[in-house]
Amino acid sequence: MLRDKDKYLSILLISPSILAVLIFIYGFIAWSVRVSLSKWKGLNADYTWNGLKNYLNLFSDPRFAVDVRNTLIFTGVFVIGSILLGFLLAVMLDQGLKGEGFFRSLFLFPMAISYIVTGVVWRWLMNPATGSRTSGLNLLFSYLHLDFLQNAWHTTPYWGIAAIALAAIWQMSGYTMALYLAGLRSIPTELREAAQIDGATEFQIYRYIMLPLLSPVTLSALIILGHMSLKVFDLIVAIAGKQLPLDVPAIYMWQTTFDGLFYGRGAAIGILLLLSVAVLIIPYIRYTLKTETEQ
Amino acid sequence: MNKLRLNKTWLYIPLIFMAIFYLLPMYVMLATSFKSFAEVDLKTMWNLPMGIHFDNFVEAFSKLSPSLWNSFAMVIPATLLSSALGSLNGFILAKWKFRGADIIFPFILFGMFIPYQSILIPLVQFMNAIGVTGLPGLALAHIIYGIPITTLTFRNYYASLPQELLEAAKIDGADMLGIYRYILLPISIPSFVVVLIWQFTSAWNDFLFAVVLTGNEQWPITVALNNMAGSQIVAWNVQMAGSLLAALPTLLVYIFLGRYFLRGLLAGSLKG
Repeated sequence: MLRDKDKYLSILLISPSILAVLIFIYGFIAWSVRVSLSKWKGLNADYTWNGLKNYLNLFSDPRFAVDVRNTLIFTGVFVIGSILLGFLLAVMLDQGLKGEGFFRSLFLFPMAISYIVTGVVWRWLMNPATGSRTSGLNLLFSYLHLDFLQNAWHTTPYWGIAAIALAAIWQMSGYTMALYLAGLRSIPTELREAAQIDGATEFQIYRYIMLPLLSPVTLSALIILGHMSLKVFDLIVAIAGKQLPLDVPAIYMWQTTFDGLFYGRGAAIGILLLLSVAVLIIPYIRYTLKTETEQ
Repeated sequence: MNKLRLNKTWLYIPLIFMAIFYLLPMYVMLATSFKSFAEVDLKTMWNLPMGIHFDNFVEAFSKLSPSLWNSFAMVIPATLLSSALGSLNGFILAKWKFRGADIIFPFILFGMFIPYQSILIPLVQFMNAIGVTGLPGLALAHIIYGIPITTLTFRNYYASLPQELLEAAKIDGADMLGIYRYILLPISIPSFVVVLIWQFTSAWNDFLFAVVLTGNEQWPITVALNNMAGSQIVAWNVQMAGSLLAALPTLLVYIFLGRYFLRGLLAGSLKG
């Protein structure tokens, strides 16, 4: 029951935000689509129609092929690593040990730091120098007599991007832990107790009761982390700069647009990124809002 | 029960091991920062400093202080304004629904997840066209692209409040703004803390908008630090001290207000 005055007032008050979202998100996406279908190359805007040429060129572009491969490796290592580690940490912290809060804060603090800081520090930790110039983690491994673990990190051919994913796991696994911990806390203790009475072992309880009940959390984590890996950008720039072997779509877009002035191609990469994120996120938003109304 | 707890003490072994993993980069950053120039050497990276020296900080601060101020100048208005807008939007979308409010909300939410590469070219063109460049442009971008998450957090909070709260006030003759001002605003302080922290952290840590919207003189700290680390001239020890300076504001917020930080994180996954 809205009184007329209040009804108009509420629409009036929210309209600047809606207008901003409409222009800066949907208007700009449409504008990007238009640029991606143009011949725009160079400093001056050029909207000459170019059809799907920019997209088709990307599909036969060897650099874009490297980007797709790197994104797949990064996503695999980062998502699986963060989920496994986050889940294990959450289960350990769920045991009612003393000092739980301390460990929880410790595992989460990297979230407060920027990817740039993380990257600058990790580039020195993952220093690939060998022999007398060995330093960083490789030096630490040699102190611990774990020399077999020494490796070239992000400079490893083909798999270098996995080392970047390691730094990303350091940054984001605490977040996954927090998600799982919140999930575990929402499971009624009676369920656990009933299983204990039935003689289930701790492992069985987690495997057959908790894990299935946590599947919505796993789904959230998969989607949030997955869409983050599609967007990964600053971390790579800070660790390795703009190196071709560690290229991803987000860096390619940035470089080709603002250094190379290939606006048409840059826009096409941006739109492809958007589509890949949308495939994950749109069903997720619908699912979340639907479960919300049902509750 | 006691026996069970005793059995679990072994868990401290993996927990402490993991704690060391999370602290390693922090250790290198701190240890290196406090070393004197004389004892800095990549080969002794893991050694403790022989005393507390501020050489590295002084050097890093002299290089980074303008961009630290740039960051503060941009982040503070961006944080305050996007939080205020979020609160207002959240209130209207949760408690003052007009026709179509439920259709608009998911469209606002989607904006939280988009890769900004897909709007970057128009953003730069538009900002140049309206003449809002540099730090004001960057602040404006953070305000607008912050609207989805701030709106979500407040909407979820206001939606959890009982409708009777509003009905009672309405019977007493309060209008919409009165209800917002005198009933909801005073109890939304914790939500404000969550949102302010979240916006402060994400705007402070942003790199992509900063690198395309600002030039040399107006670089915020992330861009300045990245360029310092990318140039071969600045020694790694100064980079470590610079990293610590860049991380300090958000780390302090985390240390003192960690509880709220966690709530912001969970809200970001849509669950409220």
